[in-house]
Amino acid sequence: MAALPKFIGERVRRREDPRLITGTGTYVDDIKLPGMLHAAVMRSPYAHAKINSVDLSRARNHPGVIMALSGEDIGDKIGSLPCVAPAQHVPVHPVLARGKVRFVGEPVAIVVAENPYVARDAIDLINVEFDPLPAVVDVEKALESGAPLVHEEFGTNLVTRAEVTSPGFEKAMAEAQRTLKFRLINQRLTPTMMEPRAVLANWERGYKQLTLWSSTQIPHLLRSQLADMLKLPENKIRVIAPEVGGGFGAKLNVYPEEALCAYLSMELNRPVKWIETRRENMAATTHGRDHVTYVEVGFKNDGTITAIKAKFFCDMGAYLHLLTPAIPGFTGLMATGCYKIAGLSFEQNLVFTNKMATDAYRGAGRPEATYLIERTVDMVAAELGMDPAEVRRKNFIPKDAFPYTTPVGLQFDSGNYEAALDKALEMVGYQKLRQEQAEAAKKGRYIGIGLSTYVEICGIGPSALLPPKLKGGGWESATIRIEPDCKVTVLTGTSPHGQGEETTFAQIAADAFGVDVDDVTVIHGDTAVVQYGIGTFGSRTTALGGTAVLMAAQKLQDKMKKIASHMMEVPPEQLIFTNRTIALASDPSKSIPLQKVVEAAYGYKQPIPGVEPGLDANAFYEPSGCTFPFGAHVCVVEVDPETGVVKVLRYVAVDDCGKIINPLLVDGQIQGGIAQGLGQALYEETVYDENGQLVTASLMDYAVPKATMVPRFELANTVTPTHINPLGVKGVGEAGTIGSTPAVVNAVIDALKPFGIRHLDMPLKPEKIWRAIQQAKQTMKG
Amino acid sequence: MFPATFEYHRAQSVKEALSLLKRLGDGAKLLSGGHSLIPMMKLRLAQPSHLIDIGGVRELSQISEEGNKILIGATVTHSEIASSPLIKQKLGLLADCAAEIGDVQVRNRGTIGGSLAHADPAADYPAAVLALEAELELESEQGTRTVKAQDFFVDLMTTALRPDEILRRVVFAPIPQGAGYAYLKHPQPASGFAIVGVAALVTLGKDGSCEKVRVGITGIAPKPFRATAVESALTGKKPDSTALAAAAAHAADGVDCLSDIHASSEFRAELARVYTRRALERAIAACKP
Repeated sequence: MAALPKFIGERVRRREDPRLITGTGTYVDDIKLPGMLHAAVMRSPYAHAKINSVDLSRARNHPGVIMALSGEDIGDKIGSLPCVAPAQHVPVHPVLARGKVRFVGEPVAIVVAENPYVARDAIDLINVEFDPLPAVVDVEKALESGAPLVHEEFGTNLVTRAEVTSPGFEKAMAEAQRTLKFRLINQRLTPTMMEPRAVLANWERGYKQLTLWSSTQIPHLLRSQLADMLKLPENKIRVIAPEVGGGFGAKLNVYPEEALCAYLSMELNRPVKWIETRRENMAATTHGRDHVTYVEVGFKNDGTITAIKAKFFCDMGAYLHLLTPAIPGFTGLMATGCYKIAGLSFEQNLVFTNKMATDAYRGAGRPEATYLIERTVDMVAAELGMDPAEVRRKNFIPKDAFPYTTPVGLQFDSGNYEAALDKALEMVGYQKLRQEQAEAAKKGRYIGIGLSTYVEICGIGPSALLPPKLKGGGWESATIRIEPDCKVTVLTGTSPHGQGEETTFAQIAADAFGVDVDDVTVIHGDTAVVQYGIGTFGSRTTALGGTAVLMAAQKLQDKMKKIASHMMEVPPEQLIFTNRTIALASDPSKSIPLQKVVEAAYGYKQPIPGVEPGLDANAFYEPSGCTFPFGAHVCVVEVDPETGVVKVLRYVAVDDCGKIINPLLVDGQIQGGIAQGLGQALYEETVYDENGQLVTASLMDYAVPKATMVPRFELANTVTPTHINPLGVKGVGEAGTIGSTPAVVNAVIDALKPFGIRHLDMPLKPEKIWRAIQQAKQTMKG
Repeated sequence: MFPATFEYHRAQSVKEALSLLKRLGDGAKLLSGGHSLIPMMKLRLAQPSHLIDIGGVRELSQISEEGNKILIGATVTHSEIASSPLIKQKLGLLADCAAEIGDVQVRNRGTIGGSLAHADPAADYPAAVLALEAELELESEQGTRTVKAQDFFVDLMTTALRPDEILRRVVFAPIPQGAGYAYLKHPQPASGFAIVGVAALVTLGKDGSCEKVRVGITGIAPKPFRATAVESALTGKKPDSTALAAAAAHAADGVDCLSDIHASSEFRAELARVYTRRALERAIAACKP
């Protein structure tokens, strides 16, 4: 038999793809249970209105309607939706509005019917008498005196104000020879996952057991929160996240429909399904970003940046979802980026408005930080007339400074920022490109080159860093079983929903036991099957969940070595796993088939002293610190000065996510991430009008980039392992999004340099660019 | 997204469809490719009580050549038009325009009759249909009448079609030998529809001056239109850059431009001028003496 290869580091194809591509995976909406009913939600058409009355009589009398409920009907039977992150003002968040609606799309009533058509028809039969109130839409105006109050009981729209100033900030700012002040908008985005949210609840009366299928990133955390809301014991709730068609952070949450379907199933003793429509998804699934930031940067004439001061206005929307007020914190703490900047001071104003709540969205606070610092560096370069690459080099945290403590106390594990930049510049042919840019300019062509050197925080982290009210910490779990037929089952507490850990975790386990990757099955997303876990978000899954898999594997290896040691009569520490055998490290030809060891463990015909029968092991990995992936992106664009259209000519990305388990999957994550970041830079923007109406309410108006709008990517990696975990991996799920947005914007602004344009806010839509050029031409004439 | 209740009828012939239309009255809508109507029904912006499916009517699905005319049936799909050798050879502007519509799925299902009858102000076809001076055959139980393209489009999503009529065929004269043409589009990034779409068709005379100029513009106004001011400004002129720019400057003359989050009316007007000039440049470059 040919020797089995090692799988870690190989471009193993995603084992989940065949079923996804052939439509044989199971999503929530594919599940059909006998007697299943369908729910539809009536939502507020107003951003802010008093509810005078909700008349459900016509809906209830409609043939096929089983039940219709308003917020008053629910009363206190379902608890408030949770926000676990600390904030000064945390409002009650009812599953159905009571007394007042506070954003367009807020659930007002729910109807359950025999089929989804009837349920939808019945929505039109609900008569709600609204008394419209003035809406507060602008995050800065929301704090002015006399602004309408989203939650009257607080007497203010301020959720929380947080201030952080690093020791020595004043001194660092005083050392600056120049300062620049500017305002940046990081616009609101709609996550737009492929599969909208979906829920199916089934209460089994005889067992007093609730099974809830949900398209979620956090099955266990959801179970814990639902137990609170529904006053059920956790061991009477089983949450299953079957196939999940993406989440991007927006499914790292607890939503009204999850509790409502559960409640309705318990009331009716029948399964109740609710599938979100795309329009509901755009209005009532959490949004991302939405900061207005005032930046002041102090720097020296040689390009050294000494201090950064930032004042944030962060739009939380009308309610606080699971982590809403925690997200901006990452932006403030990471605002000095990959640079050795002595002083950082920031003030964050978290604000209620009459809009959908914001929460985690791919990057969750770090894209905002990277955008802030990377635009700042380019502003400094433009002010000093320096090459933006040189300003970056001048300020990088040097590679020998790791572990590095930032001015606000974050511990960066490892990094080599200049190496990534060098590689990216070499790949793009930077010097030649600058010459070509100058040549093109003479011909009236506007080419721009944009750089972004980012660092981000992943694998969060020591549990103390997570919100105290979160039931669960920063750790992750794994169980590994070797089955009697020698096949390996991995149960992970993470909840992959497109990232591909069914493949990467199989690679880790296969190498640990010297078996084939196809001998391993990875199971996730079922709280009745898998031990408690935290879930998939924040690029944590491989760094934390993968490490837990490795730790569980090591425990099981120890046990199997003891058994083999007994059978082979050699000390266990001299044994290794290779090629489906346990072998002597010094002479692998002296080996025993793995199958024999497995038979001994399960058959247990000859008891082995000090070894229990069976083969499974369980591990909970609590990290000692966070990981800090980094990279350098270079974007080359051409701007059409007549139409403002931006064409991306080239895109080079060098990313360092530590050691790489599967380069194919890393490429995929980076590609998707860049597409999303480019979407923010050029196309995407969630628009509410001045009355709080959602204008981008469908994909006819909200522009996500399509395949034809995305350039070919030129990708590479540098590898700087982390010492934080034994795999040496850092995380890559969000890196592309974090790195790309400022690279694209910097490129466009670079192209517009001949017009004297220093900044434009995203998205860089043709009209915005065209207007800026027109204005610049007027100014130049004047 | 679930549409309201409706009754479905499948017509086997134009005659049957017309009879159903008459019998079912105002609440009936014709269904062809369904790429405009079905989304509107799912959003409940349209709630017809009857759908008359003409997708299976064979006589509507033909492309033919009769005498000096090319006839395209109402249910011919965009992809059929984009790939038909006859249309590519004799109505290349229409084929190019069809290839710009939506995506592959839309082009495989959507039909020319459906698109024209729906009269979305941002649809691609009207620009080419106007520049090609097509005629539309409208049939009712009373008989058939022919309407010129420029009279067909009445207002935002409103056409000359009467409730009891079916758009049966679109009739084209082939593009003259040697004429140059181009369809240029500035797509709305979310929907792919035209913020501006300009179809230009130019014939040069022996002396190199513009003999015939036709410009159809879609996307900027409540209804697509022929930019006659551009056409007359260029006709008889040598198409140098000054003349082209001067003519294209009239592209939005007298037009009350649409405005939305994707483009203001002012920007639409400017895009119309720029795209008109560029479409004319391309058309002229493609002219063969």
